[in-house]
Amino acid sequence: MDFDFSDEQTLLKDQLDRLLADRYGFEERKRAMASPEGFSAEMWARYAEMGLMALPFAEDDGGIGGGPVETMIVAEAFGRVLALEPWMTTVITGGGFVRLAGSAAQRAALIPEIASGALKLAFAHTERHSRFDLNIVESTAKRDGGGWLLSGHKSVVHDGASADKFFVTARTAGSRRDAGGIGVFLVDAHAPGVTRRGYPTQDGRRAAELSLDNVAIDAEAVFGDSENGLSLVHAVVDQTIAALCAEAVGVMEAMQKLTVDYLKVRKQFGMPIGAFQALQHRAVDMFTATEQSRSMAYLAAMMADDDEATERAKSLHAAKAEIGRNGRAVGESAIQLHGGVGMTAEYAVGAYFKRMTMIDVAFGDSDHHVGRLAEMGGLF
Amino acid sequence: MDLRFTRQEIAFRDEVRAFFRDNLPESVRAKLIDGEFIGPDDYRAWTRTLSAKGWGAPHWPVEHGGTGWDPVRQYIYLEELQKWPAPAPLAFGVSMVGPVIAAFGNAAQKAHYLPRILTLDDWWCQGFSEPGAGSDLASLRTKAVRDGDFFIVNGQKTWTTLAQYADWIFCLVRTNPDAKKQKGITYLLIDMKTPGIEVRPIVTMDGGREINEVFLTDVRVPAENLVGEENRGWDYAKFLLGNERSGIARVGLSKQRIARIRELAAQEFSGGRPLIEEPRFREKLVSVEIELKALELTQMRVVSNDAKRGHTGRPDPASSILKIKGSEIQQATTHLLMEVMGPFAAPFRGAEEDGWNEPADGPDYAAYAAPSYFNNRKVSIYGGSNEIQRNIIAKAVLGL
Ligand SMILES: Cc1cc2nc3c(=O)[nH]c(=O)nc-3n(C[C@H](O)[C@H](O)[C@H](O)COP(=O)(O)OP(=O)(O)OC[C@H]3O[C@@H](n4cnc5c(N)ncnc54)[C@H](O)[C@@H]3O)c2cc1C
Repeated sequence: MDFDFSDEQTLLKDQLDRLLADRYGFEERKRAMASPEGFSAEMWARYAEMGLMALPFAEDDGGIGGGPVETMIVAEAFGRVLALEPWMTTVITGGGFVRLAGSAAQRAALIPEIASGALKLAFAHTERHSRFDLNIVESTAKRDGGGWLLSGHKSVVHDGASADKFFVTARTAGSRRDAGGIGVFLVDAHAPGVTRRGYPTQDGRRAAELSLDNVAIDAEAVFGDSENGLSLVHAVVDQTIAALCAEAVGVMEAMQKLTVDYLKVRKQFGMPIGAFQALQHRAVDMFTATEQSRSMAYLAAMMADDDEATERAKSLHAAKAEIGRNGRAVGESAIQLHGGVGMTAEYAVGAYFKRMTMIDVAFGDSDHHVGRLAEMGGLF
Repeated sequence: MDLRFTRQEIAFRDEVRAFFRDNLPESVRAKLIDGEFIGPDDYRAWTRTLSAKGWGAPHWPVEHGGTGWDPVRQYIYLEELQKWPAPAPLAFGVSMVGPVIAAFGNAAQKAHYLPRILTLDDWWCQGFSEPGAGSDLASLRTKAVRDGDFFIVNGQKTWTTLAQYADWIFCLVRTNPDAKKQKGITYLLIDMKTPGIEVRPIVTMDGGREINEVFLTDVRVPAENLVGEENRGWDYAKFLLGNERSGIARVGLSKQRIARIRELAAQEFSGGRPLIEEPRFREKLVSVEIELKALELTQMRVVSNDAKRGHTGRPDPASSILKIKGSEIQQATTHLLMEVMGPFAAPFRGAEEDGWNEPADGPDYAAYAAPSYFNNRKVSIYGGSNEIQRNIIAKAVLGL
């Protein structure tokens, strides 16, 4: 058992924390949010320079060979500053499909592009009635000569407004809830038949609606088994969930610190409000919830690429459920303890609270994961 | 003990329901159901409809336009209003400054201000809180200095709800800096058009435009705008706190939201079947309903007690219970409503001020779900935070 970071990992953390502390204040973030892309192109380039885009890929493929712990370090750091850049969707989710299912040719074509920051990816899965279920897919992929024709509508594609390419789930066989018959396809945002409409999300990021109307895809754009892609989707989503859990810990830590700082400086009734025991206990509960979440983020990271799919899934359900619940408690307390100031758009704590809420809604809220874990027989 | 309403009370309830059904424009009702903001025009029109019927301010003294209903009928009325739902008349006028003027104002003030509140000819806002005076309201620093027939007011108010539409603001100001802090406060009515008043919007985290900062610089307020006596303002403000008891828990509103959650959870799918059939979701919803039922009964006990023994108008710890549980339940229901939307909680529909004119993505009803959840965090902060309410109960009831 060992929960310490290696020297390289510590170096990565320090380097990234320093960059973000210097360059990613809340005001800078606001400016990035208001830019046409909705994130900082300059920071994006910096991340590429630092090797963050190449992080999880094998060295043989031109990557850095980092694992889930490195991913966790980066995601948590991004959570602490509410970074807006589409790193997770590009490198962890999009990159996950490439890593786990890409052929040698696909890897050679895509990884250098991702690593350099030239390519931004997004995952187009959600449909009108899929909610959080990965097996519910109504979009279709029909064979067309050597390639495919994709049709359907994908909703709330996170970071979809700026993505260059989308990993799209589509049904190659079976009916809309079947586990079999789901394929994963890489679709160019500018391919004929693709229409996208970008919009902001509650947490100040961007998403898109994506319509596919007989989009022609060639055989090289299929990832994994076109008839049986669901396990691939699960594997990639689990890695994404692990990263989201880490981001959430960064978000919670920031809220918890902002709140404690505020309790020390805000005075009412002639004393710092932190002198009131009712608030002290609430701050302690926030701290405890954050630490419990950190433990679960570690579990998620260590299990994220486990080959045993059932154990992996159980751990990730547990982590996402616990972090969703704790995140809500920490967020609601953070707002409450700030009083009126917490309600404003101007002050950072509300932005953290909103991001936390949206993390819970992404890839299954805590109820969803509790339900799945219960169906699987629980943990112990 | 008897839970049931009398035959006459049921007939009254039906009359109230029918009135809302026949008179509230469907478009306004739809906005309320979706959690969308109601603009001042809709507000004014509806307020006038209610006033024309004589229902603008049921709890006011009859001579000023009240209905003379007993507490039970007032309760039924409010419950039906929230459940329909119909907009509640602007609280700042009808529930806050109105009763204070009616109780402590002079004859000229009553004759002038009260009718204009009933028709919303005057839109009032509440100027109590300041940057340094929130929970500790009595430490407020905005000062007023007597200068002949005027008070000269300097200072800053904040969190002032809907001040951007307001014609008047009722303010607590410090007139005697040397007295004990509660003793040097005066209650002033200030015309928002007076030179020296500047309103700056504060955008809330959900993107809403409902609160403001109000800066007062050498604002000349005629001395006749003083309510009651100088340096007695704190007493009048406290009278207010205990005054509005039946509205505070918002039981009707939560019932309406629960009905809405049921309706929409039947339209959203989870695992290929309606979400409402999902045991986890259903049980969570029912748990909130149980809490709400308990609160409804608690509220009815308070109402029935007031009806029998009369309400003293003094602050009363029962208000604190209603406020704490009522706000927690409102917050729980807005969270549930957001949960119904699943991934469709995420798209953000910006304010019109930001030039947003595109339709929401996903189902239309999802657009305001997350913003309502965010926005409703306020209900445990304002009007005396839930921590302050707990302090009141600890002290006043438990003797701790
Ligand atoms: C949306 C919104 C609308 C509002 N509208 C109006 C309006 O129209 N007019 C107006 O005058 N005001 C308005 N308010 C102000 C509101 O009444 C204050 O926000 C409230 O009184 C709390 O004050 P504060 O924000 O300064 O927080 P603080 O008083 O600084 O409180 C911060 C935290 O400390 C806690 N706390 C403070 N003292 C104690 C204690 N003794 N023991 C335990 N905990 C304590 C509080 O509960 C809170 O959690 C509004 C507020 C909001 C959020």
